[in-house]
Amino acid sequence: MVRSGRAMVRLFFFVLVGCAEWSATLAGAQGQGLSSKGTDNPTTRDAGLVAWQQVYSVLTHPRCINCHTATNYPQQGDDRHRHLVNVVRGTEDKGVPGLNCATCHQGANADSTGVPGAPNWHLAPLSMKWQDLNDKILSSAEVCRSITDRSKNHNLDGTGLLKHHAEEPLVRWAFQPGHSRDGTARALPPLTHDEFVAATRTWVEAGTPCPQKR
Amino acid sequence: MTAAISTANDLLLGRRSFIRASATVAGGMLISLYLDLPLTAQEAGQAKPQTYPPDAFVHINPDGKIIIQVNRLEFGQGVHTSLPMILADEMDADWSHVVAELAPAADVYRDPVYGIQMVGGSGSIAHSFQQYRELGAKTRAMLIAAAADQWKVRANECRTEASVVRGPGGRSATYADLADAAAHMTVPETVPLKNSGDFRLVGKKTRRLDSRPKCNGSLKFGLDLDLPGMKVALVAHPPTFGASPKSVDDKEARSIPGVADIFEIPTVSKGTAVTVVADKFWTAKQARDLLKIEWDFTGVERADSQQLWTKYKELARTPGNVAVASGDDKAMGGIPATNRIVAEYEFPYLAHSPMEPLNTTIRFDGDRAEVWAGSQFQTFDQAAVAEVLALKPDQVTFHTEMAGGGFGRRAVPDSHVQREAAAIAKRFAGTPVKLVWTREDDVQGGYYRPMHVHRVEIGIGADGLPFAWHHVIVGQSITAGTPFTPMTIKNGVDETAVEGTADTHYEIPNFHVSAHHPTVNVPVLWWRSVGHTHNAFVMETLIDELAARAKVDPIAYRRKLLKADAKKLRGALDVMEAKSAAWRTKLSKGHAVGFACHESFGTGVACAVDVSIENKRPKIHRVTVAVDPGLAVNPLTVESQFQAGVAFGVSQLMAKGAITLKDGRVEQRNFDGYTPPYITDAPVAVDVHIVPSAEKPTGCGEPPVPVISPAVVNALSQLTGKRYRTLPLVSV
Amino acid sequence: METYKLTVNGQPKEVTVNSGTPLLWVLREELKMTGTKYGCGIAACGACTVHLAGVATRSCVVPVSLIGDRPIVTIEGIGQDPVGRLVQDAWVSEDVVQCGYCQSGQIMGAVALLKSTPKPTDANIEESMGGNICRCGTYPRIRQAIKTASRQLK
Repeated sequence: MVRSGRAMVRLFFFVLVGCAEWSATLAGAQGQGLSSKGTDNPTTRDAGLVAWQQVYSVLTHPRCINCHTATNYPQQGDDRHRHLVNVVRGTEDKGVPGLNCATCHQGANADSTGVPGAPNWHLAPLSMKWQDLNDKILSSAEVCRSITDRSKNHNLDGTGLLKHHAEEPLVRWAFQPGHSRDGTARALPPLTHDEFVAATRTWVEAGTPCPQKR
Repeated sequence: MTAAISTANDLLLGRRSFIRASATVAGGMLISLYLDLPLTAQEAGQAKPQTYPPDAFVHINPDGKIIIQVNRLEFGQGVHTSLPMILADEMDADWSHVVAELAPAADVYRDPVYGIQMVGGSGSIAHSFQQYRELGAKTRAMLIAAAADQWKVRANECRTEASVVRGPGGRSATYADLADAAAHMTVPETVPLKNSGDFRLVGKKTRRLDSRPKCNGSLKFGLDLDLPGMKVALVAHPPTFGASPKSVDDKEARSIPGVADIFEIPTVSKGTAVTVVADKFWTAKQARDLLKIEWDFTGVERADSQQLWTKYKELARTPGNVAVASGDDKAMGGIPATNRIVAEYEFPYLAHSPMEPLNTTIRFDGDRAEVWAGSQFQTFDQAAVAEVLALKPDQVTFHTEMAGGGFGRRAVPDSHVQREAAAIAKRFAGTPVKLVWTREDDVQGGYYRPMHVHRVEIGIGADGLPFAWHHVIVGQSITAGTPFTPMTIKNGVDETAVEGTADTHYEIPNFHVSAHHPTVNVPVLWWRSVGHTHNAFVMETLIDELAARAKVDPIAYRRKLLKADAKKLRGALDVMEAKSAAWRTKLSKGHAVGFACHESFGTGVACAVDVSIENKRPKIHRVTVAVDPGLAVNPLTVESQFQAGVAFGVSQLMAKGAITLKDGRVEQRNFDGYTPPYITDAPVAVDVHIVPSAEKPTGCGEPPVPVISPAVVNALSQLTGKRYRTLPLVSV
Repeated sequence: METYKLTVNGQPKEVTVNSGTPLLWVLREELKMTGTKYGCGIAACGACTVHLAGVATRSCVVPVSLIGDRPIVTIEGIGQDPVGRLVQDAWVSEDVVQCGYCQSGQIMGAVALLKSTPKPTDANIEESMGGNICRCGTYPRIRQAIKTASRQLK
């Protein structure tokens, strides 16, 4: 299920790239070294937008977006239900004393009890919310604008964003999320981590273009 | 506690002593002082017991400590403090010297009313108040007699206070000094009891004796028991009650180091389960998770909540076995349809889920056995263990362990946990085995508050009061097939299903209540306040609806409708109305007040709640409760029971407050699916007011529960304009 | 089986267990410290709460292999801490407990709250204690005891 779902998404992007944007792909391939300031170049920009859609598909996957809420609580599960046990965000996005994220989530997945873990488990700050107060996922354009807004994103430029996606343990966790209590593997994002980083790189090299629509 | 347990361990000899001694005592109650010397002159020639018999009620240590045996389980309700208070008061014991212990199973500790050793029906204080007073008074009389004997004075020249007997001429002796001599005094047939004005403890707010050890981790609950060489057993129960394994692959499970054995045991619901016995809990848990069992459901009814609702609602359209038929059955016919209400209610199965998961430890030694369990039914559980092990009950020493809650779940007529534990222990003769039910076993293991449908048709009179009332209740009988049947089932109606409706304190001229008890393959049990859990909800929401329809103040309406003899409810309503007036008259915007009153187990309760809606859920800001429990033996316990008991009652309203079945399987597994109230769901503040009374005490364990959920939804109805007839409260 | 060195209530301890064994069962069955309770095994009730390097932690879901060198404090040791002692005393003076089974966890949670928020509001209390179940329902008195302890904090 999980694997085939991911394959389908990849196929989808391949088709997209291969047909609608074939000229952009060609341009990108030819002009790899030139693309870092490629916003002025419509073909590179288009390739960047395609790559962004891939990045967005990962960001909005439950493994990522469950902790990018607009509310005062994280979510859980593939159905993104409100985190059980009255877990709240707290002033530092780490829960509250007595009920911190670290009250359960340790530095690594707890295989024997099914509790996911990674270093410094916490919610993304409200400035990095990717859903609204009704838990509806924000549009690609909205998330893109938010993630590239240095007043909201801990002042990360494109390189910083790429580094974040490549190295941040919590990001990396999403691609090795372990299994739940009953032994079933947690669903993975639609790309592998390498693919995710590659897509981010393409998007960054294209100058982090964002879709125009809302 | 540990000391108490070890003291009680080797006491078969003591037990035999008791049986002889008790022959002289009428009514199955032994008034005795088991002190450092043999009990009676006849026994002086026999070997002196090394330890004290378990069935003593009072033991005075040479150091002055007064150990009082509590004849029933302590699982939060406070008897471990209140019963000793009663005895110590009459005895004039120094309270700071009193130590309470939970008595093991023995005839002497049977409930004086029920005739078995048990906790239930909120009967602890109600039934043992007089018993413990007399025990205390007789003990005191014997201590005085011993002093008078020594001082060569008359007993009536002596008085007592704080564990000291004082005689003429400034003579005094402590109870500890007199204990040995007092043991040889004749137990008086009758003794005068104190006038209530002379109580020193009874009626005074008294803190619990078990608080400190429960706050520093030192108190041992049944699950905390650790015996040398002990093994832990977990059981893989069939996913549907009564099913059995078709095949069991335990190869992987057995490969876990520490697994001692894996074998099949019978379940009480006529199926077969698979048990894993290991050195530790976590070993057993890992092994159980690795069992591959294919289950055979042949001939097993697969209960399904959706199908049951359909069936129950259909049944509710026809009258069942009659519980009450008063007035004119045809009175409804004379009332126009516009003046009638037809209401259909749904109540799901509910699990008790006490915080301490169910457990029992047994060591089987061939010709005898020893059991450690937090049991509400020691008499039954002891007999059940004996039966499985082919012993007589008196070959089974049964220790009552402190229990982490119960709410009825440890009062199981079929003793299914103890039977499982015994079947397992039988294979491990000489080795203590602790059977643990995990939380999953508990949530999925049945013995639920039964699901119910109520269908009520009310014909409203010209005065706005109910003139005709036809009420059909559908739900499994809790007591059918149990030893309680003769007491509880009359005319095919289980009283525990209709209590709170059939015996309503409202005056309804033409009143008809009947019940259907379908048989369903789901074991059911009493859940704190039993039938009142659903009956009070139906009655109190309908009365509220009637009052609203009549445009009459809901308190005034209730007062108007209550029978003249409903004194406790009237008193409670008066106090509740007065005590809540200050906050009711200045409710915040978006808040509403809801009321309910209900009498159960002889205790009258009225409450007012301040409710708003937050995050689409009821937020209960404040509750004012007035309660008439007769004489409040320990007003602090009464207050605590009510403050916490209303929070327990909120269980019924929780969004995930239902056990449901689909195709024979319970759909919830743990607290993630079946969720009791957290602090956020419970009332923020509960003020409890006790109606002053000198009447005999009645129960306080269960009466807090019935009132809260109807009061909350009565408030919600005002905020939303909706009526709530389906529990749990999935949405507001 | 692996051997782990732990520090529990200031004391060095060594246990040899399967690496996946939750801390709860290490405490209860290896170290015979049964004050920490098993309630649900899925971190939904809080009865198993201990402090791990000062953080209130649900010991039922933390495998011993993930503890590292972080010191563990349990209900048996929290009375050594001045805030812990105050909270236990407040629990006794407010007569909070009923069955008492959840109260080890409630107290450990309350101590964590008061150590970082000495003057908690009702909202603070609800948030910090929001994951601990008391089936008896002693919540109003838990609230009261936290406020009592708070008043006595210097």
